Amino acid sequence: MLRPGQKLHSAVCDAQLVVVRAPATEVEVGCGGSPLLDDGQPPAGDAALDASLGDGPLLGKRYADEELGLELLCTRPGQGALTVDGRLLLVKGAKPLPSSD
Amino acid sequence: MNLLLLLDMAAAGRGDDVAVQAGDDRLTAAELLAAAWGGAELVAGASALAYVGTNGLAFPVGLFAAAAAGVPFVPLNYRLSDDQLHDMLTPLGDVLVVAEGAAADALAARGYRVLDAGAFVATARKGAELDDVPVDGEGPAVLLYTSGTTAAPKAAVLRHRHLTAYVIGTVEFGGAADDEAVLVSVPPYHVAGLANLLSNLYLGRRIVYLPQFDAAAWVDAVRREAITHAMVVPTMLARIGDVLAGAEGDERSLPSLRALSYGGARTPAPVLQRIMVLLPAVALTNAYGLTETSSTIAVLGPDDHRAAQEGDPVAAARLASAGKVLPTVEVQVRDEAGGSLPPGEPGEVWVRGEQVSGEYAGREAPLDAEGWFPTRDRGWVDADGYLFIEGRSDDTIIRGGENIAPAEIEEVLLEHPDIEQCAVVGVPDDEWGQRIAAVVVLRAGADLDAAAVQGFARRSLRGSKTPEVVSFAASLPYTETGKLLRRVVQSELSQT
Repeated sequence: MLRPGQKLHSAVCDAQLVVVRAPATEVEVGCGGSPLLDDGQPPAGDAALDASLGDGPLLGKRYADEELGLELLCTRPGQGALTVDGRLLLVKGAKPLPSSD
Repeated sequence: MNLLLLLDMAAAGRGDDVAVQAGDDRLTAAELLAAAWGGAELVAGASALAYVGTNGLAFPVGLFAAAAAGVPFVPLNYRLSDDQLHDMLTPLGDVLVVAEGAAADALAARGYRVLDAGAFVATARKGAELDDVPVDGEGPAVLLYTSGTTAAPKAAVLRHRHLTAYVIGTVEFGGAADDEAVLVSVPPYHVAGLANLLSNLYLGRRIVYLPQFDAAAWVDAVRREAITHAMVVPTMLARIGDVLAGAEGDERSLPSLRALSYGGARTPAPVLQRIMVLLPAVALTNAYGLTETSSTIAVLGPDDHRAAQEGDPVAAARLASAGKVLPTVEVQVRDEAGGSLPPGEPGEVWVRGEQVSGEYAGREAPLDAEGWFPTRDRGWVDADGYLFIEGRSDDTIIRGGENIAPAEIEEVLLEHPDIEQCAVVGVPDDEWGQRIAAVVVLRAGADLDAAAVQGFARRSLRGSKTPEVVSFAASLPYTETGKLLRRVVQSELSQT
């Protein structure tokens, strides 16, 4: 089960992520076609980047699946596209608020 | 999520751009991250890091050094007496104090472990090996004393998860244009100073510190540093208006300034209207929030201000509101029995959201079972979701069973051209329970008597809301962040 605040990293590129919102159910989150790894967990074997899935995450962008209640924050960019249970995670649209600070 | 992650991301993004600046002293985001780990070595072993000083590099370095060391950061008001500081430092245990000037000497003499702010920054800047960003989001990141305008000050506990939820939920990482710079003049011990630092660092906006607020110095700094953004409290807004209104030609304008936000206390309508005339091209935002909610929870944005300026009567009325609640925050107005009230009806404002802490050190959190936090502010929401704040629940005057918000009467009195400041409070009365008293500060050279003030109020207010007692004063007591100290006004009135 994912939990808010959990750090994840890609098995196939430099991407690092933090879980902002975690679904109540077990899901598989992936990057570039391979499952995302827990903090400190080394990549298993010879996973290769599947570039056909799409573009990798950008620094500071949030990737979400509203239906599942899943949201990841990209803390280091990478090349592998993010997926949940095989579906692409979409970048969360920024709703700019007026600067209050 | 940990606060240090925000800085880590800023350093990974535009790490070589200036992130914070005080005078000619600058740190890039990458240098600030290195200084955080350098500072953490000095903090190691302490139970907390307290900061007693003005705005400067010791504030951001101290905040992130504490996060790296895994202890809370506690910014304290440097104007407090040694005894008051001692009372706030004692519960922290084996605290490391970073302080400026006289406070450093006084606290060292009392036996605290004290580092001079300049020496702390210089040592921290030598850096240390960067460690992994802590994963912890649960620990207390900052203990912030609330202003205590109605009660003794208490320390709000803001955990890493509250502050990071606020930043991630309200600002877009790297969203600032390359030339953006924000001038910070709110003090480091105020939640606005903390939110300012975190939001602007995450946005990628250069943060320029003014050690202490002074209106002329603020205007100079805006021009000299080509400042594009700033946040001020209402008393600052009034003084900036004075400086600009008293200047001639080009000196009346601030060409680089794009956006100005104000908040921290209710802004008198004449103060806002004058700023709108003086700075017509500047996008204005009114922010409402509390220490316990990790800063802003509602905003009245530039579009609302523009519509009001263009004469839309609904928008004009909304200038007195706190605007709309953030999409990440929920609001409820409740009656005394705890029932939810419909739009238009005033009651106590309750809020809920990931940024809402509502927790105080050493006390039970006042949150209800569903996580709602009572703000102790009275207010109401209009049909379109605009939140109007009438004032603190504790300040409500109860006269003959009728609830009267002092703000409503103060707003009317401030429309008088001869009245510069005023405070309306309830004083004990045998017949009515409380009677309405107004203390008025006149503009220089003005001549007004109590009957004239009452007559002016009576034109807009019904008899039961017209002040029964009017007295005059040379000044009113405010906190440094523009909040009226009603307790002081009330106790002075009760003594006379």
